[in-house]
Parts: sequence; C-alpha cells; structure tokens
Amino acid sequence: MQVRLADRVTDLAIATFLWAFRISVVLIVVVGSFLTLSSGKYGLETWTGLVITGLTTGSVYALVALGYTMVYGILRMINFAHGDIFMIGGFAGYFAGLALSRLGFLNANAIASLISIMIMMVVAGVFALVVALLVERIAYRPLRNAPRLIPLISAFGASYFLEYSVKGWAGPGVYAFPDVAVLDQLVPIDFVRIKWLDVLVVIAALVMMAGLYFFVMRTKVGTAIRAVSEDKATAALMGIDVDRAIVTTFAVGAAMAGAAGVLFGLMFRQINYFSGFEPGLKAFTAAVLGGIGNIPGAMLGGLFLGQVEAVGPQLFLDGFGVPGLAGLAKAVGFTMLVLILVFRPSGLLGERISGTRA
Amino acid sequence: MADAAVALEVQDVHTFYGNIHALKGLSLTVAEGEIVTLIGANGAGKTTTLNTICGLVPPREGQVRLSGQDLTGVPPHQIVARGVVQVPEGRRVFARLTTEENLQMGGYTVRDQAVARAGIDRAYQMFPRLKERRHQVAGTLSGGEQQMLAIGRALMAEPRVLLLDEPSMGLAPVLVEGIFETIDRLHQAGTTILLVEQNARMALQVADRGYVIETGKIVLADSAASLRENPMIQKVYLGVA
Repeated sequence: MQVRLADRVTDLAIATFLWAFRISVVLIVVVGSFLTLSSGKYGLETWTGLVITGLTTGSVYALVALGYTMVYGILRMINFAHGDIFMIGGFAGYFAGLALSRLGFLNANAIASLISIMIMMVVAGVFALVVALLVERIAYRPLRNAPRLIPLISAFGASYFLEYSVKGWAGPGVYAFPDVAVLDQLVPIDFVRIKWLDVLVVIAALVMMAGLYFFVMRTKVGTAIRAVSEDKATAALMGIDVDRAIVTTFAVGAAMAGAAGVLFGLMFRQINYFSGFEPGLKAFTAAVLGGIGNIPGAMLGGLFLGQVEAVGPQLFLDGFGVPGLAGLAKAVGFTMLVLILVFRPSGLLGERISGTRA
Repeated sequence: MADAAVALEVQDVHTFYGNIHALKGLSLTVAEGEIVTLIGANGAGKTTTLNTICGLVPPREGQVRLSGQDLTGVPPHQIVARGVVQVPEGRRVFARLTTEENLQMGGYTVRDQAVARAGIDRAYQMFPRLKERRHQVAGTLSGGEQQMLAIGRALMAEPRVLLLDEPSMGLAPVLVEGIFETIDRLHQAGTTILLVEQNARMALQVADRGYVIETGKIVLADSAASLRENPMIQKVYLGVA
C-alpha cells in the first residue's frame, strides 16, 4: 500500500509538471508573439526575410530527413552516418564546382550556372550514394539480425569513420564553396526581397521530394519498398529481393542528401569535415518531428523546423526583450523537438513510433 | 495420380531453429496437379515444413526439389520466381498497401506488365469482392476478404506449386466453406497444392493424399480417403469418439 501511494504521488507530480510545462510554453508563444507583433519593431520585410530563410534551410532539412525516415521505415534503425553522407555529397559537389569554375563555365552565364549546379548536384548525389552503399554493406548488413542497439553503435562508428577520413584527407580547415554570381542577384519582383539562390533551393527540393513521392507511391519498386518496410518475410515470399529493396532505400536517401549537401554549400558558402554533423542532427530532429518512418512527415517536419528556427526566436522571445536572438536559433530548434515529444510523442504525422508490426 | 510427374519433393530434411531440432528427417512428395494435405497438431512442424520449402528457414540437411531441380540454399525470392509460392499463416497481407498494390506485389516476379495486369483481372474475376475494395488499404478488409486477397496475391506469380498455410484459421465457418471451395476450384484448374491445416476434416475432404506429422516427422502417409477411415486419425484429428 505504501509503495502504491508513493507511485501515485510521483505520477501525479509528473502529470502536473507536464501540464504546467505545456501551459507555460503555450503562454510564452502566445504572449511573446503578441508583444513582439504589437511593438511594431519589425516591418513586413523583416518577417518575409525570416520566412524565406526558414523555407530554404527547412527544405534542406527535409531532404536530409527523408533519408533518416526511409531507412528507419525499412530497418527500424537510425542511420546516424546520414549527416556525414550529406557532408561527403557537399564535398563532391564542391570539387565538381571547383573544376567547373576553373573551366570558366560556372559563371559563364545564367544558363551555364544552372547547368553547373545541376552537374554538381548529380556528382554529389552519385558520390554520396556510393559511400552510403559501402556503409550499408560493411557496417549495417552483417548486423541485420543483431539486437537493435548494435547497428546503432555501428552507425556512430561509421559516422566517426567518415568524418575523420575526410578530416585526414582534406584537413580540418574550411573550404570556401565556389561563388555562383547569379544566385546572389535578386529576383526582379517588387513585393518581396528574394534571391535566385532561395528560388533554386526551394524548387530543387520540391522537385526531388515530388520525385521521391512518385517513386515510393506509384512505382513497383517503391511499392516493394513499402511492402518490405511492413513485413520482410512476407515480402520475400512474394518474390521481392529484400536486400535489394533495402539497398535501394539507402541509395535514394543518400542521393537526396548528397544533392542537399550542394544546396547547403551554396547557401552557407563553406564546408569542412564536420559540416554534416549539425544539419544531420537537425534533419533527424525534423524526421522525429514529422513522425519517424513517415515520408510526408519528414518533409513537413523539415519545413516546420526551418520556420521555427528562423522565425521563432524573433517572434516568441523578442517581445520579452531577450537579447542575442540570432544565436538562439539552435536552442529554439531543439527546444521544439522536446516540446513536440512532450505534446505529441509520435510526431506530427506519426501513428506508432515503436513499429510493432516489424 | 500415382504415375504423374513429381512436382515437389522434400527429401529427408533436418531443420533447426537455433538448437531446436524442428524437422527430423521429414520427406514428402507432391505430384503435378495433386492436392496433398499435411495435418498435425500445433507445434508438430507444419509451418516449419513450408518455410523450409520456401527457403525462409533453409534445412541443415536434406534436399527440397522442384521438378527435379534442387532448391536447397536458393534465396526465398528466387524460389518464388521458380514457381513455389506460399500463402502464409495468418494471411499477412500488407496492411498499409491497397488491395491492388498487394496483388501487384504478388506478381512482383512477373516482368511483363500486361501479364501482371491480366493476373490482377483474373484475381478480381475469382474474387469480385476484391475488385470492390481495390483502392482500400488491406488493413481495413475483413478477415475473409484478407484471405481472398492472400490467395489472389499468391496466384499472381502463377505458381507451379501453391503452399497454403492454415487458410481457414480464424475465419467464421461460412467463410471456411468458401475458402475450401476456392481450393477445390484451384485444384480442378490443375494447380498443384500442398495444404497445411488444423481443420483436418475439411482438408481430407478436398485432398487427394495426406501426410500426418508429429514432432518433426511424418508418421503416416496415405490417400485422403483411407486417412478419413483410419481409426487413429478419427480419434486424434477428426474428433470422432
């Protein structure tokens, strides 16, 4: 009886705390937004600028998040080396861009720039894909039937291996991404200040996401991937090569991450061996936000996280007079993860996180 | 029937789950066009036998042959391509795929899209209910519809040998009748079938021959008619006092 009573008190305390937490979060968001907006300190231009920043970074998070979510869907495993695959794609795109720049093609004219960027993204995608398949073959496949923690540890190992291989080969220094002059120019429209770079990132991401959605939902191989995600043994009994479906999943996710690495490089203009860590972590956050294993969820989660990070600090906290907002983007981003998990543990679109059907 | 060519031959297989010796030198044959049933209690090794044939649990010793070709050690997806298809126990439809997508997956090994399309139409003809539910996710189908889908899905691969694992399990009696009628129809159409059933009464009515399995071994093999009359079978498996 004593123990039971103590348990009840603890449960009640936890429940009370969570509710107080939820209410205070909602209060901060609502009151903060109200104070900020009513102060009229920032004009429409500031807000649209922040929204555009959120849209572009969010698009990149979404592209990378898809790789996390698809691999989780099919293997119930978090591929923590995925951020480094993104970084390696960025490096491959960097070298392709450098070569094109030396040829004088990269900035020859707008069309040449566009073609160059497409070449960079394809090179990055292919390179990332090859590395990802090697990682799958060497670090994950032998552990397919091991307890779930084991491949996770192997994934951390693969992540470190990739980071420090690149460090050993390229050094710890930061490489400046080649400049594409066209991308810095403003799109000639009146009502909003937007660069061609922003347009490129958003359109490229949308095209890739639409392509992925079509592939997964409408093609035979995509359907087979969904079947394998649901029930591997039965999929094998249908004549589906389960290993090939898994490899295809890794390949598609890696190619998109590699291409996203180029977009990210073009946005932030620099790359080094550690460039995949933070975006990787945020993309993983985005995948969990959206409901891990859920493809539209990863897209939504990425765009959502991008917005919260870009707009959130200003909107929620400025009204309270919190200083140094620009530096708070990460804090707000990861606070968001905690909040979503408190409010809605299965993510925005997730049904079940445990994958009980596996 | 006795002089028809042998379609499926399982010869002296020993299958293990870890250290558990599940099949202990099991042998059976199924002739072309024949329907053979494997009856036995829970845990006797019926499902293991099917999974051994399909390559999901390869045998440690012994051989599985399809028309004389060795299947031992061939990966499951290639065994399907060669013509051995299983309808697994508990139906195992892909719950989040639509009815039509499930059928498409059954025809995964069929390269020609026109052939696959014709297969889907054949399944709809056989089970009109599935056509009504074609765009519905399979998880929302009733148990009987799911069993129809599981059978229709397996037929998509145009199997030379169809393995049915407990097709009547968990279904209402009226649906069980329907499933056995389907099995009989497939048999009339010339499909070679190995049927695993706990419902020995129904199984022995549709089958040509039967095997009785106990703790991983065949203990009795006879024509279905003789097995129905066998006092031991009547007592243990048919529940005749």
